[in-house]
Amino acid sequence: MNKENRAWQWSAHTVLILFSAACVLPFLLLVISSVTDENAIVQNGYTFFPDKFGLQAYDYLRQQSSLIFHAYGITVLITVVGTTASLLITSLLAYPLSRRDLPGGTALAFILFFTLLFNGGLVPTYLIYTQLFHIKNTLLALIVPGLLMNGFNVLLMRTFFMTTVPVPVLESASMDGAGEFKMYYKIVLPLSLPILATVGLFQGLAYWNDWNNGLIYVTDPKLFSLQNVLNRIMSDIQFLASNSSMSSHASDAIAKLPSETFRMAIAVIGVIPILIAYPFFQKYFVKGMTIGAVKG
Amino acid sequence: MNHSHNRFGRKLRKFGPLYLMMIPGLIYLAINNYLPMFGLSIAFKDINYRKGIWGSDWIGLKNFEYLFKTSDAYLITRNTILYNVAFIIIGLVVAVGVAILLNEIKNKIASRLYQSLIILPFLISMVLVSYLVYAMLSIDNGFVNKTILPALGLDPISWYNEPKYWPYILVFVNVWKGAGYACIVYLAAIIGIDPEYYEAATLDGASKWQQIRKITIPLISPVIIMLTLLGIGRIFYSDFGLFYQVPMNSGALFDTTNVIDTYVFRGLMQLGDIGMSSAAGFYQSLVGFILVLLSNYIVRKINRENALF
Repeated sequence: MNKENRAWQWSAHTVLILFSAACVLPFLLLVISSVTDENAIVQNGYTFFPDKFGLQAYDYLRQQSSLIFHAYGITVLITVVGTTASLLITSLLAYPLSRRDLPGGTALAFILFFTLLFNGGLVPTYLIYTQLFHIKNTLLALIVPGLLMNGFNVLLMRTFFMTTVPVPVLESASMDGAGEFKMYYKIVLPLSLPILATVGLFQGLAYWNDWNNGLIYVTDPKLFSLQNVLNRIMSDIQFLASNSSMSSHASDAIAKLPSETFRMAIAVIGVIPILIAYPFFQKYFVKGMTIGAVKG
Repeated sequence: MNHSHNRFGRKLRKFGPLYLMMIPGLIYLAINNYLPMFGLSIAFKDINYRKGIWGSDWIGLKNFEYLFKTSDAYLITRNTILYNVAFIIIGLVVAVGVAILLNEIKNKIASRLYQSLIILPFLISMVLVSYLVYAMLSIDNGFVNKTILPALGLDPISWYNEPKYWPYILVFVNVWKGAGYACIVYLAAIIGIDPEYYEAATLDGASKWQQIRKITIPLISPVIIMLTLLGIGRIFYSDFGLFYQVPMNSGALFDTTNVIDTYVFRGLMQLGDIGMSSAAGFYQSLVGFILVLLSNYIVRKINRENALF
């Protein structure tokens, strides 16, 4: 390796180490702060090197665990149901649109595409979902609005079906008397696992991270997802205690609240599942990002 | 007559199941996308919940008159556009720069590790980002006020009450959260470049810097142009979470944190001023649509293949 190359290697590593550190250190600060002693925080603030560790925040979380578990349950439920439904609806729309012989296919594809260019925005969407469909404070509110299907994913899948599923295979299956539903289920889906994995991953992440629908359509704390609980605690640190099932202990719980470390602990609870799952889905994720970009 | 009827029957039998499959998706588009588009008409109405969306009285352009009489209209338009311009330019420079450096790295394991780490911020929700920012900027306990500023001999700053710092903070957070993703996209484009170009350039004695300027950047410029124009097409929209969650909805910061999306949200959910917020929403949808068409038109002029339509 010559001198110039070595200089490039060094500077590239330096910049990337700095950039990576900038991406990771905030998470580290969060985790360390959550296991710091409450009084140490009051004295020295959130820091990477606390004077004293302590688990008050997690003790407190354990006392309030039923609410946290409930919110986790809601999040898991909407993620699983939402992602499954989304994959189903998306692929069922994408497959017919991928068939070049479908009468009216171009017009239907345009109806789909137009939703990417123009939309009604928050106010009409809100009024239609709440006034016409009365979706407020239901589980559907966390699953349906905005998230269930988007035109971009449909177009992505349609392109994949067009390029990956060979037309002769479909034709010969049709000759053998297979119906369209059978062909979709037995031929198209098994051949399209990569795109299903990619879209499923992005949809799953979108459901897991969604706080927007909860903020707009849900006021009942029983229906709060994990993100909604996090969102509420940011502005109202006593949210958990005041919604505790044992209301007689509520004032007691508020009095003992280690508020500064507790904020960090609840955020750790929110971020850990993603950090644990990330190494497993990383490969598909990076692949999916580049598919999306090339076709986008 | 009978013959054509038969042919129609055969066609229906052949394609009927395909149309059937599309029904759930088309119903969803109707509810989630098309009804709200028609619902935009409420911007011209005096909304009355008892009369419903379609039954409320028409009031012409009154809502727009009120909106554009306030100083808010100018403020939110200015903020939305200026932030997007900053995001597009700074995001582009950082993402392309990091992608080029990432491509230079010979050690495969290190390269993969860097890639994994810089995507991390992309994976978390804006609510969690607001917690991370809070750990840094909290007035009493934040890392910046308690550790960094004292080390520099500076006084603590009341971050959540001082609008003048927020343009920098929001640009930083936006780049922090999104640059890793954009970087991977550019990296894929760079990896796709034929290595022969570089081999020939090296034989001719071109330096790395020359290779980057004369080979890498020109060859990935279609991707750069496309992503930039997509950004310009969305210049009237903003990431609601970034502007709502990260400044913690702090009223003292509205001067520099209020954008069209947050204005519409607050009008609808917190102030109950549907007229004003539906007018702002209509303004956003319309101008946004024109900008998408315009940017696509420009892409077509430059390179037909990269155009969306």
